[in-house]
Amino acid sequence: MALTRRQRARTVRGLQYGVLVVVLVVLALVADWETISDRLLNPQIAAEQFPEIIQVALVNTVIYTALGFSFALVLGLLLALMKLSSVAPYRWLANLYIEFFRGVPALLVFIAFGFGLPLAFGVRFGIYMTVMISLGLVGAAYIAETLRAGIQAVPKGQMEAARSLGMSSGRAMISIVIPQAFRIILPPLTNELIALTKDSSLIYLLGLATSEYELTKFGRTAMSDTANLTPLVLAGLCYLIITIPLGFLVRRLESRSAKAR
Amino acid sequence: MTAVTSAISELTPAPVEGEPLVEIRGLRKSFGTHEVLKGIDLVVHPGEVVCIIGPSGSGKSTLLRCVNLLEQPTAGTIRIGAMEVTDPDVDIDLVRRHVGMVFQQFNLFPHLSVLRNCTIAQDKVLGRKGADAERIARSTLARVNLDDKLDAFPAQLSGGQQQRVAIARALSMDPDLMLFDEPTSALDPELVGDVLTVMRRLADEGMTMLVVTHEMAFAREVAHRVVFMDDGMIVEQGPPEQVISAPTEERTREFLRRVLDPTHVEPGESEPY
Repeated sequence: MALTRRQRARTVRGLQYGVLVVVLVVLALVADWETISDRLLNPQIAAEQFPEIIQVALVNTVIYTALGFSFALVLGLLLALMKLSSVAPYRWLANLYIEFFRGVPALLVFIAFGFGLPLAFGVRFGIYMTVMISLGLVGAAYIAETLRAGIQAVPKGQMEAARSLGMSSGRAMISIVIPQAFRIILPPLTNELIALTKDSSLIYLLGLATSEYELTKFGRTAMSDTANLTPLVLAGLCYLIITIPLGFLVRRLESRSAKAR
Repeated sequence: MTAVTSAISELTPAPVEGEPLVEIRGLRKSFGTHEVLKGIDLVVHPGEVVCIIGPSGSGKSTLLRCVNLLEQPTAGTIRIGAMEVTDPDVDIDLVRRHVGMVFQQFNLFPHLSVLRNCTIAQDKVLGRKGADAERIARSTLARVNLDDKLDAFPAQLSGGQQQRVAIARALSMDPDLMLFDEPTSALDPELVGDVLTVMRRLADEGMTMLVVTHEMAFAREVAHRVVFMDDGMIVEQGPPEQVISAPTEERTREFLRRVLDPTHVEPGESEPY
């Protein structure tokens, strides 16, 4: 007996719900819920993580990210202007930089500055300096591309109007074009901040003093100490405290700029 | 209306005696192989209002944009006051300080308030700070009847208001010469009048103005001289009553027929239906 289209759609949807229910039932029966909740979200171990997980780890993650992002912003702006330069070698250098740092893993950069340079040249950076440089170098490559697109998205008439008022091209760039470019790229720039927040965890492989722990290192250490996953789960949740509001902000900004157009 | 107009013309006779403020000699401009300006000679005297008319693509805007070097001329010389604009060693920012420009698309700075639009160049270019710059901006905004919109942002204004702010922004730099590049072409018809009123007042106050426009009524009433351009050359120039009302060149006549009576059908052309 042939099924009508509506009957067939209903059958397919019924099957999908059926699979879901079966999986959930099997999980509920088979899994040892007591052990899982004990090892994954143990209230007592969770309580022990406070207040350090916030006061030390979360705060340090924010500080490391802010340092890296600030450096990335300055360097990214410089690279974006180099990419738009009329002097060809500047454009080549900027392209070379961007291709390189977008192409290599951030972890490799952290290893280079955390271990490589001290070994090869005997120069040692403090922990803040290492994070700032490593995170900044990688972030700058992405931010440069975003900024260049933003600067080019500002209508040509803005530069012409500023020049017509007697501003030099540098002055017009700083006072007129770049502020508008930043408005245009605020959403992608916030996405970059989210990415850097997560990448700041890479510092964990360097030797850190307890007071320098950021979320991932903190979660990992506490996990080993307690033989329990709870601290790591908490650390993960702390990242979400930072990234989910930022993601929400991006969507707000995007819908606002879509409306303004 | 005609009586009033002629009265204004009598009050502000075309100032022709003395040294010209702008002197353009043999100006040529090519984009690639396409020659847009084919040897322009034009002088503008202080206090004179010169309207440039002509079909689109005739090079009117390019001529205007060469005067403040938004376009680099291919050949020829331009002098404004004592400054050789076309001299390779000229300080172009210094030239532009003395030449105000008003664009078809207004080009206000959208991230700045109306007041800041009118003070930022005073501040960054002339070094005129705070209260001084603000006082001048307020007075130029009053001249364009917008002193009640100081804190508004460009997006909150109508096109006509934006264009008047753009005029005030240029005036805030105390220019010796104002360039208008089709200032009313992007406006809804009902907003054109306010902008033209401001420009007419500016002309009456003795500002030297070079205006590219399609507003024939404005050119007829306000201009001391009308220049008709076609195909990169000046075809005809003279007082408006001559060029607009009694043109001698056939190309001028044909252009004016089209502009003044768009529904006009040339004899021999087929009926539009």
